[in-house]
Amino acid sequence: MATATGTGLLAQGGPTFWMPPQGSTGASAVDWAFYLIYYIAVFFFLVIVGLTAIFVVRYRGRRGARPEGAPSSHLAVELTWTLIPTVVVIVIFTVGLGGFMDISFAPLNAYEIQVVGQKWKWFFQYPNGYVDSDLHVPEGRPVRLVLSSQDVVHNLYIPAFRVKMDAVPGRYTKMWFHATRPGEYDLYCAEYCGTGHSDMVARAVVHPAGQFEKWLESAGNWVEAVPPAEAGRILTVGRPDGSGGRGCTQCHRVDGQAHIGPPLNGLFGHEVTLADGTRVVADENYLRESLIDPQAKIVAGYQAVMPTYKGRLKEREITAIIEYLKSIAGPREPARGAQ
Amino acid sequence: MTSIAGHPGIAGRIAEAGANYLSERRGILSWVFTLDHKRIGVMYLVSILFSFLLGGVFALLVRTELLTPRRTIMDADTYNQMFTLHGVVMIFLFIIPGIPAALGNFVLPIMLGARDVAFPRLNLFSYYLYVLGAVFAVLAIATGGVDTGWTFYVPYSTTTNTSVTAVVLGAFILGFSSIFTGINFIVTIHKLRPPGMTWFRMPLFLWALYATAIIQVLATPVLGITLLLLVAERLLRVGIFDPALGGDPVLFQHFFWFYSHPAVYIMILPAMGVMSELVSTFSHKPIFGYRFVALSSVAIAMISFLVWGHHMFTSGQSPLASMIFSFLTFMVAIPSAIKVFNWVATMYRGAIDLKTPMLYALWFLFLFGIGGLTGLFLGALAVDVHVHDTYFVVAHFHYTMFGGVAMAFVGGLHYWWPKITGRMYSELWGRLAALLVFVGFNLTFFTQFVLGTHGMPRRYYNYPAHFTSYHQHSTLGAYLTAAGFFLTAGYLIHSLFRGRRAPANPWGGATLEWQCSSPPPAHNFDRPPPVGDPYDMSRIRYDDAIGGYVTAEVAEPAGAGGGPGR
Repeated sequence: MATATGTGLLAQGGPTFWMPPQGSTGASAVDWAFYLIYYIAVFFFLVIVGLTAIFVVRYRGRRGARPEGAPSSHLAVELTWTLIPTVVVIVIFTVGLGGFMDISFAPLNAYEIQVVGQKWKWFFQYPNGYVDSDLHVPEGRPVRLVLSSQDVVHNLYIPAFRVKMDAVPGRYTKMWFHATRPGEYDLYCAEYCGTGHSDMVARAVVHPAGQFEKWLESAGNWVEAVPPAEAGRILTVGRPDGSGGRGCTQCHRVDGQAHIGPPLNGLFGHEVTLADGTRVVADENYLRESLIDPQAKIVAGYQAVMPTYKGRLKEREITAIIEYLKSIAGPREPARGAQ
Repeated sequence: MTSIAGHPGIAGRIAEAGANYLSERRGILSWVFTLDHKRIGVMYLVSILFSFLLGGVFALLVRTELLTPRRTIMDADTYNQMFTLHGVVMIFLFIIPGIPAALGNFVLPIMLGARDVAFPRLNLFSYYLYVLGAVFAVLAIATGGVDTGWTFYVPYSTTTNTSVTAVVLGAFILGFSSIFTGINFIVTIHKLRPPGMTWFRMPLFLWALYATAIIQVLATPVLGITLLLLVAERLLRVGIFDPALGGDPVLFQHFFWFYSHPAVYIMILPAMGVMSELVSTFSHKPIFGYRFVALSSVAIAMISFLVWGHHMFTSGQSPLASMIFSFLTFMVAIPSAIKVFNWVATMYRGAIDLKTPMLYALWFLFLFGIGGLTGLFLGALAVDVHVHDTYFVVAHFHYTMFGGVAMAFVGGLHYWWPKITGRMYSELWGRLAALLVFVGFNLTFFTQFVLGTHGMPRRYYNYPAHFTSYHQHSTLGAYLTAAGFFLTAGYLIHSLFRGRRAPANPWGGATLEWQCSSPPPAHNFDRPPPVGDPYDMSRIRYDDAIGGYVTAEVAEPAGAGGGPGR
């Protein structure tokens, strides 16, 4: 089955049997190294398995058969099959090293994006302060990502760019790439991080040359361009294509069902019971505090696992989210004893 | 040294039939307090096979869940526990102790020509530590499970609210079991060799166990300390690894892999030793390049300590460190390649007998060949960055660990089964099951290489829909593999009751254990056995009357076999 590959179709950067489409300059270098090693590996595999098969067929002996007698050691042969693999692995090491140098050191003029990983969502912050849950990059320009983590080790992986780097709490790591083909690519978390690990996915959107700046300007201002409740809805649950959300629905549902956190609909203006048994009304200040200092009041029956959104949401965005929660608050009970 | 070459070599066989290590004493206490390395080996074997079953059930649950994206049979948290338990049980309870503690304990003293290991009480203590460690692991399952993966990476492992402490203490205890077995083997091989058993007359399985024992003794304490620090951080909030407490999470990865990379050689070296025995015996020919095979075990053991950083190419460690680790990683490929070439050369002009153990040896060559060669992709820095933490890695280590170690374990189990139990299993069913396992294995794991190069990350509960058909093929393969192993369990258990009585030497092996009766007497040898070339098969003949091989009484010139040791 190792031979049924349809390989060698490296041209045009399309997908092959072994590799996904190429979306960056580094991808073709990695694929070249991959296929070089692949053909070396196939060659040695065929030698080993081929000789084994030939010997098994040729020298298959019935019970009690005697071997034909062959030397049981031969120094020249041993040295040959020690030296050849040594040369081969040094060649492979060198090839892997060359590609690694290219992906380890970013050009000085690279466009820088700050990335924060947090269970179980990525945050990409652009130079103008705008934060998006998807990675947007320009075509034809080197991009450098500076990664960190709010909680545990994550890993940002874009298969089409052949790049991957851990996001480690307490330190910064860096990666870079040079996207060559406009389009949308998968972006994964590749370091196990718990319940929602496999949902910690995003899109890497490569904008055609010249259009990235336009996108960034409009994206940075979109909250002001729509009514607050609508902006809040997008921040909370995202647009239909998944963009714009801030990860709330990784843990909260808006259909009344409990998830990792309590549901968000039917919440505003209603009483909630906290873990210590006290009851409070979910008003504007309660919701604001729940975003800025989520550990302050834990709803009974849930774990204190929500990270803070302090500094991650602008005031305008917090207001928008509260307006959205008001719009899905449902029939209002008489708010007894509020304040 | 050639004075004993013409000796008939039946000194170890005892006179009265029936009095063997199994029948000599009876009753449950004769097992619980036994100091006989063979009985301890059998107890290990039963425990390890049970662990293999347990780990296999977890694997089948994981594969079943992956039949569809999102929920198939369990939720994400349960899935995370299942793959963690699969890894922990398979690695700490099956693969690491599998060949050394079960097969090694049984075979090592007999192959050496000794009556027992150097420290029989320590040997029994190792076994009970193994049981205690396994109890802790089961306790962790009962008290809420573990969801960290077998690697226990911080700060996830110090912050999750599952039973990490119990399972980590279990691994700590299992580490001591492993260290004690290692010490026992080292001392036994140094001190208990009978007259004539020089280093270069030792069977290659013993060389492999010796190299393994050195790694066990030197590397396992590092794991022990690391796991204790992890527990200290969890329970006492001492800041060592968690940055929230002032620690460094990458330090944990260094400590962990400083043990866990040598540990993969703790797993594979004994398997390579089994391979040398199988290929030689079933080719009825001395092993090719004995000294190269023997010394390559030692070379692997030494280099294996210097490559741990290749697990961390994307951890943010310095590019210079990554380059050095990459280079050293490639160096460790060379002794492994030497072994493979020598096994293939051993078959050249042999008289190859395709019995079940030999089929597993061929599977090893095929599967470990793929596993080893795909290691070249992972050692190459630029390619590793792409496939690190994807299914490519999952496929790679299953080809080496399952396709390599487990195949050699099953091959060795079949090889020494007549010696251990005194019974022959059904050859027909044995070959059939071997074929099923081979087909199922490749279906399961070859697809995972393709998943990996296309970017499917490992430890994913949910996955993009375009990966679905690969996952379904893989799961189907897992079911076939399981069917093969259940079939194996069936005919092996059947053989215990209905199997033909085994002759002393059913396969034609030349190492000393085949000179004992099957099963061996309690004391192995009444007097030190005559030791010659372990692979000199020139005087071994098939005898139809007893359905096995005998060593010819006729003295031949010592040079006839052309074996090593001279």
